Amino acid sequence: MELNNIDRILEKYLQGESSIAEEKELRAYFNSSDVAPHLKQYQPMFIYFSQAKEQKFTQVLPLETKKSKVVWLSIAASFVVLLGIGSYLFMAEPLQKRDLGTYDNPEVALKETQKALAMLSGHVNVGIESVNYINEYEESKNLIFKQ
Amino acid sequence: MNQIEFLQLTTPFKDKIFRLAKRLLVSTEEAEDATQEVYVKLWSKEGSLKKYNNVEAFAMTMTKNYCLDQLKSKRSDNQKLTHDNYSDGARGLADKSEDRDSLHWVEKLMQQLPDQQRIVIQMRDIEGYEFAAIAKVMEMNETAIRVALSRARKTLREAMIKVHNYGIE
Repeated sequence: MELNNIDRILEKYLQGESSIAEEKELRAYFNSSDVAPHLKQYQPMFIYFSQAKEQKFTQVLPLETKKSKVVWLSIAASFVVLLGIGSYLFMAEPLQKRDLGTYDNPEVALKETQKALAMLSGHVNVGIESVNYINEYEESKNLIFKQ
Repeated sequence: MNQIEFLQLTTPFKDKIFRLAKRLLVSTEEAEDATQEVYVKLWSKEGSLKKYNNVEAFAMTMTKNYCLDQLKSKRSDNQKLTHDNYSDGARGLADKSEDRDSLHWVEKLMQQLPDQQRIVIQMRDIEGYEFAAIAKVMEMNETAIRVALSRARKTLREAMIKVHNYGIE
């Protein structure tokens, strides 16, 4: 390649007037081994430009993540909610069905109620009997401190 | 538009986006984050993507804006160290030998250019975009792009001449 030509293109290059094709020529020239001594200082620039174009993006592009993450998350959440409601209903059913002792006949019901209340009062009386001991204290106190 | 169509449309310029982000943000990790961010945004717009006749230019504009925003928030967040000369004596041998590498010098010099010139030189000299496309991405007219490019190239040349002649003059 004519040296004159390179000098001319280089001048245009520095003015920002060169075309893409001319710049390609320059790059090819400076990437070759025989560069004129007075142009040596330009060489690293053009070699660097060529090398810089070789860098590649190696990461994975995060495409679906953001969009479908929300979708999947909501699907998962609705599953959890359904499961929660379902299991609650399923577990709660036998509780409600358990026989709590309802009577159809009012007389039997009265009897049973009385029995239950009698049992309750019986237990309460046991408690009262044991409290009666306290009266002993009261009596002995009255013996000692005569009012 | 399904995912396969989207990928067919956008994969060809994925590396360009990454390189532009890296040019601006410098760190590889940040550039990767930026690229992923841009793709997530593109994907969220997939319905209206076909309206843009040049998706690549649209994506590059998005990348540029995103990176400049990142830089702006970083620059306002971080307090700059006023004493930055303390680490000078402790520089590793690897660093020094890397500095001697002239390609590494070019990269360093490019980092010192203003953001706008960095984007322009990245798009033109590395990716080989036409002026019209760069003008669209930068939201500037072509003449302004040429001026910015010329300034950036001249700055690089001056700096390279200095590096080249270091120790000679």
